[in-house]
Amino acid sequence: MTIQFNDETFRDDYSFHNTDWAIKRFPFPFHEDSYMYAVNMEQHRGGPEGSVYEKRFDVDEHYVSEMRDRAMVLADDPLRCQSLPHMTLAGWDLLELIMVSKSEDYPDLFELHRDGDTWRWVNKPLGIDDTFTFLDETTLPYGPMEYITRQTQGDFCVLDQRDNNLWMDAGTVTTQADWSLDFDIGMNFFEWHAPVPLAHEKGIFVRALKFLLNIQQGAPARRLNWTMTVNPLLDTSPENYHKWGIQKTTLTPENIGAKQHLRVELQTFFRLPRSNGLVFPIRCYLCSFQDLMTMPKWGRRLHRVVRDLPDELATYKGFIDNRPMMLDYLSQFDDGQPTSPGVWPDFETEPPLTK
Amino acid sequence: MSKFEFPPSIKSRPVYGTLEARLGKGHLMIADGEGAEAILGIATPDLMAKTHIIYIPRGTQLADKLRGANPAQFYEGPSYAAAVSRIRRVLQDAHMGLQVYLSGTEGLMGQAQNEAMKAGIPHTAIQTEHRGSVSRRMQCVHCKGITEDVETDPFVCSHCGLNLFVRDHYSRRLAAYQGVCIDAEDPGNVPAPKGIYE
Repeated sequence: MTIQFNDETFRDDYSFHNTDWAIKRFPFPFHEDSYMYAVNMEQHRGGPEGSVYEKRFDVDEHYVSEMRDRAMVLADDPLRCQSLPHMTLAGWDLLELIMVSKSEDYPDLFELHRDGDTWRWVNKPLGIDDTFTFLDETTLPYGPMEYITRQTQGDFCVLDQRDNNLWMDAGTVTTQADWSLDFDIGMNFFEWHAPVPLAHEKGIFVRALKFLLNIQQGAPARRLNWTMTVNPLLDTSPENYHKWGIQKTTLTPENIGAKQHLRVELQTFFRLPRSNGLVFPIRCYLCSFQDLMTMPKWGRRLHRVVRDLPDELATYKGFIDNRPMMLDYLSQFDDGQPTSPGVWPDFETEPPLTK
Repeated sequence: MSKFEFPPSIKSRPVYGTLEARLGKGHLMIADGEGAEAILGIATPDLMAKTHIIYIPRGTQLADKLRGANPAQFYEGPSYAAAVSRIRRVLQDAHMGLQVYLSGTEGLMGQAQNEAMKAGIPHTAIQTEHRGSVSRRMQCVHCKGITEDVETDPFVCSHCGLNLFVRDHYSRRLAAYQGVCIDAEDPGNVPAPKGIYE
């Protein structure tokens, strides 16, 4: 398969767009007509052909433009990429994992040639052809984690495992749903999740941690998370919230279909072999409401989920003020018919909108 | 003096205890303001003979009482910033088993704990007891500047001037709570400041 990479922006004029291919494979996160927190973990061992779950690290039409956006964020604020001193080995683990996975999964786009410790990495979409010595930082232009995550979509949290806990001790975080790596670095699993409402009381984090501590090499896991973003803005960071927060007030009944985006995170978890760390990629997918509505099942379901979501969650996810306008828009796409189980759009079998 | 009961909060927010004398060859006690009273509460002659006290009075008159407890070493400093190089020096020479006691304001305990952690002492092995002001040390998430002794919510960042609300989310590494712009979605709409626990 050859991917046609979009030339697009995630800021200023927001020329980001999804092709029909990208809409069809969008990781719609709701498997039923309602939502509540759950650990919702499953094995990350492929998925339907063409889906975002198929490859270990999904590459899509936004790749080149997303990497350009990341470079801009890091130039503006280098603190978005940090690694505590004991995490360098885990960074090499991550570099190896991504290079091996991408070169195997996308041989037309990426090549890895290994001769002992001398590695040659070819990234065709970004025009990179570098030869370096594995485990020798002086042979790369950045630290190993930063080098490879400047070439891989999604945020990356590299977690140390000790004292029966996971510690956020390194990461590259430029497409985050309003949390700060610079603030959270060094925290344990419960501490960095501390601001999340309801889930602690439900025991979600205790169960999730138990699961994650036991992830084995070669047996990665995945789950979805979601929020809402006005405009296809990747960098919804707290650092820049005083600049982008105002955009949430620019929705109107006329522009909401184009401006309001469902933001879905495909979170995956891989054990790292040398460091025994865990890497936690958080890949962000954006889709406008109007594009989602082209799938009748997703239109019906999104209306019901947004309508019935507890206020605490709508507040935490930052769209409580815009919810009435969202519901006015979404209700046009809900004719009350039942929806099929599962996340897939089922475009061929679900009835068209009768409204 | 009675101690302030902090309301229950999220899991990143520090929880403070009550100092108790522990066994050990070496004891380092770092305190500010009314934190002196927590030290005096456990100051037996035996313990004090093995104790180094680093104290910042912050306008209180308690330094002489601490000095009167006859610690092996006593330092009185005008500010935490003035004392920190001494704290680092002491921790650098610390032997395995050093007992660390912190008491006073959250800002003092957080910063001293941070130094002890950098010296390799796990934060869970450090005793803390809150005394005195309930003000907070705040990091502005936007400009990264630290504003000390914040007593109200919201407050104005002393570096960039944004109006920030006071979160309970706390970073041990920064020894600070997080401040986030309160009027980003409605510029100029800033509620009147009130005490953090009012």
